Amino acid sequence: MTSPISKAGTAPGAVDHSSLYPSPYKEFWQAFSRNKGAVAGLAFMLLVVFCALFAPWVAPHNPSEQYRDFLLTPPVWLEGGTWQFVLGTDELGRDLLSRLIQGARLSLLIGLSSVVMSLIPGILLGLFAGFFPRLLGPSIMRLMDVMLALPSLLLAVAIVAILGPGLINTVIAIAIVSLPSYVRLTRAAVMGELNRDYVTAARLAGAGLPRLMFVTVLPNCMAPLIVQATLSFSSAILDAAALGFLGLGVQPPTPEWGTMLASARDYIERAWWVVSLPGLTILLSVLAINLMGDGLRDALDPKLKNAA
Amino acid sequence: MSLLQIDNLNVRFGDANAVPVVDGLDLAVDAGEILAIVGESGSGKSVTMMALMGLIDAPGRITADTLRFAGTDMLKLSARQRRKVVGKDIAMVFQDPMTALNPSFTVGYQIEEVLRQHLGLKGKAARQRALELLQKVEIPAAESRLDAYPHQLSGGMSQRVAIAMAIAGEPKLLIADEPTTALDVTIQAQIMELLVNLQKERNMALILITHDLAVVAETARRVCVMYAGQAVEVGQVPELFEVPAHPYSEALLAAIPEHSIGAERLATLPGIVPGRYDRPQGCLLSPRCPYVQEHCRRQRPALDPKAHSLARCFYPLNQEVA
Amino acid sequence: MLSFIARRLGLLIPTFFGITLLTFALIRLIPGDPVEVMMGERRVDPEMHAQAMERLGLNKPLPAQYVDYIGKLAQGDLGESLRSRESVWSEFLTLFPATVELAFCALLFAGVFGLLAGVIAALKRGSLFDHGVMGISLTGYSMPIFWWGLVLIMFFSVKLGWTPVTGRIDVLMDIEPRTGFMLIDTLLSDEEGAFKDALMHLILPSIVLGTIPLAVIARMTRSSMLEVLREDYIRTARAKGLSPARIVFIHGLRNALIPVLTVFGLQIGTLLGGAVLTETIFSWPGIGKWLIEAIGARDYPVVQNGILLIACLVILVNFVVDILYGLANPRIRHQR
Repeated sequence: MTSPISKAGTAPGAVDHSSLYPSPYKEFWQAFSRNKGAVAGLAFMLLVVFCALFAPWVAPHNPSEQYRDFLLTPPVWLEGGTWQFVLGTDELGRDLLSRLIQGARLSLLIGLSSVVMSLIPGILLGLFAGFFPRLLGPSIMRLMDVMLALPSLLLAVAIVAILGPGLINTVIAIAIVSLPSYVRLTRAAVMGELNRDYVTAARLAGAGLPRLMFVTVLPNCMAPLIVQATLSFSSAILDAAALGFLGLGVQPPTPEWGTMLASARDYIERAWWVVSLPGLTILLSVLAINLMGDGLRDALDPKLKNAA
Repeated sequence: MSLLQIDNLNVRFGDANAVPVVDGLDLAVDAGEILAIVGESGSGKSVTMMALMGLIDAPGRITADTLRFAGTDMLKLSARQRRKVVGKDIAMVFQDPMTALNPSFTVGYQIEEVLRQHLGLKGKAARQRALELLQKVEIPAAESRLDAYPHQLSGGMSQRVAIAMAIAGEPKLLIADEPTTALDVTIQAQIMELLVNLQKERNMALILITHDLAVVAETARRVCVMYAGQAVEVGQVPELFEVPAHPYSEALLAAIPEHSIGAERLATLPGIVPGRYDRPQGCLLSPRCPYVQEHCRRQRPALDPKAHSLARCFYPLNQEVA
Repeated sequence: MLSFIARRLGLLIPTFFGITLLTFALIRLIPGDPVEVMMGERRVDPEMHAQAMERLGLNKPLPAQYVDYIGKLAQGDLGESLRSRESVWSEFLTLFPATVELAFCALLFAGVFGLLAGVIAALKRGSLFDHGVMGISLTGYSMPIFWWGLVLIMFFSVKLGWTPVTGRIDVLMDIEPRTGFMLIDTLLSDEEGAFKDALMHLILPSIVLGTIPLAVIARMTRSSMLEVLREDYIRTARAKGLSPARIVFIHGLRNALIPVLTVFGLQIGTLLGGAVLTETIFSWPGIGKWLIEAIGARDYPVVQNGILLIACLVILVNFVVDILYGLANPRIRHQR
């Protein structure tokens, strides 16, 4: 009986502790990189971000320069295409590739700023709703219910109808539309955490309300919020493009992907590339972000794995 | 010929080289007898019965020399043919009644389903029979319970419904897989009594999977002790309890509080059941056995006749014949 | 059951008033002078301006204006369109069936194929089919549907010539609008081939509008089904000797449907949002296109109360889904 016990007693000493307890970042990356789709999405997004950051140097032409002799030139691999315009030109003779690259700038800008503009107030409202469940909480949640009663695109349309079209108003509209999901998510996470013993311990240790909110509870609610931020980043790009397509978003001649599609509609029979390419760019970017979001969700929050 | 004959049953999860969860199990059950299978969790008791019912899915694999029920070779049956036997001639009652019933359907519907499937009863006739079955399992106000949903019933009541469902097809063999483990202590005795009464009345065979040895002593005629997927001892009930041959049976009996009156603390066997990757080369109990010899570590014993029972041990205990 | 419905109805009231506040605010938040904005002129004759302010009820203090607004709503007065001078309500009623018809077909498409794909993917977990369904549904979920519509038109209408490009019915066909639902009206009319024509007009818009719900339903059904198939009662059903079809579709799907139904309900809201885009692409004469055109023409009464009507519709649909949810899930129904 003695031999197995002594063996068991010595075994852990020989084990390398660093492999047992990897740093959170390493652990996260291991989980994330196991999801091939997520890595592919990340790679594509890095490319898009690169193009957006260095648009003036990456783009072969000025996106608004009109080459009058090259109206609706097809992409290079089709008959009549030229290496001068790799992806062809639009109805005014502007280089499609340069416009798409410039459009990446706008889409990322809209996505990023609307996420920031809804994430911060969303977290604040959610924290308050969670910490004050008597009166403030329900009234905040009722307000969010009202906002959720309208389909998100319709609410964005309504807001733009008030504010008028344009880049900044698009960002505001999208930020308002995505607010309720942050509030709900934060509140739900806060309510879950508030019953935990470590919160009670912090209370007993005399932590004040701001400290409890932002230092004790909030960091433990971040995982679902990060996932939601990724997902709402992709829907922000989609909604911005939809608004542009309806003529309510960024106005032409600014090369926004949705706006480009709207003006390309008339050439559906003659020049498929002016219709296909901006839409394909939108689809691929949104798909890439959603793939990343799935990977993030699996890596950060295994509990959410089965949620749709 | 026995009602159920199992020879050399193996169940593996994964390929043919995977460690078997059930390892060369032999078992026979006669019509109308009560056989208890005891052993700790993970010893393969439930998996054996699931294999018999055809409830093991890929990657699980079943092999056996014989798996015969009432003269039919269960291994040769197509899935469709097996479904004619399962639920009718062999029925099973599971451990947790609160999750074993479908929450979306009424009690009556779930019983009538069996009647329709196996006896061809429909409409009023089926409802009438379902009512009789509920009365049979002693559910008060049975008429009103027919339209109740599972969440409206208590655990004991749900288990009665599950039993009614199991006996609906007039089975020749009823398998009860820890039927009282999830219930309150006060209900446990009632459910056991119900099962034994039904068994006597219908002369069905009853396989009782349990780790409650007190229940075994009261109800079963024969008992099979399982350890790590193997049957380590099979014997008649009073003898096996009084003069166990296998050290593991002895250890199990010593762990019953009633048996250790006067002792400072309950006897326990050191160590745990071997897992998937640390199965010993010799007797599976050898790392934990207090009587272990060098021979035991090298070779696996077979299930052989001993003085009072069949046991899988080179150095059986209590072999003096009275 | 009745008390369950009553409780849910009670929850609707504050939401409804919240929506009216929103639409009330809508017309008052427009930057600049509302009358000038609506008339599209810079200098409006002061007398006409005062009349317009009074007609729109903008000359009283805000609370009084709100009470007026609610009072008019209670009488069923939703104002009239600045363009057509027709009442908003009657315009809504004429256009609404077109949207319902489109949404219904889209949901039918999404529901049938989404459930089927989800169930099969769950049963064949890890197979090529499963990976295919998951990949396609994530793509569908990421789809800019306004572009998707253009691509389908480009391929099926322009290149192959299989389906008509826009509208609900061939312009040369004279269909009497008896129900407002083109599929039914064409069946009732004597025009030859009208039903087939209406159907052909419906196919592409339904696919476009149904794409995102399809993706969501397929994903949800799969994960919900996977969860249910692990439940003990599925084992019980198998131990009863039931057929695999019965186990999957009666015992499994019935329980797996409960979360899917909720998602289905939420999709109806998304669907109405998507209808705005789909109707614009296909020139489908429904309320989505109506609303967008009203915004373009600064027809504020239509914008304001059109949004109110759509919001009420969404609330109503969610309410019905809630009730259905209760019917599907006995545990909720019996909660007190």
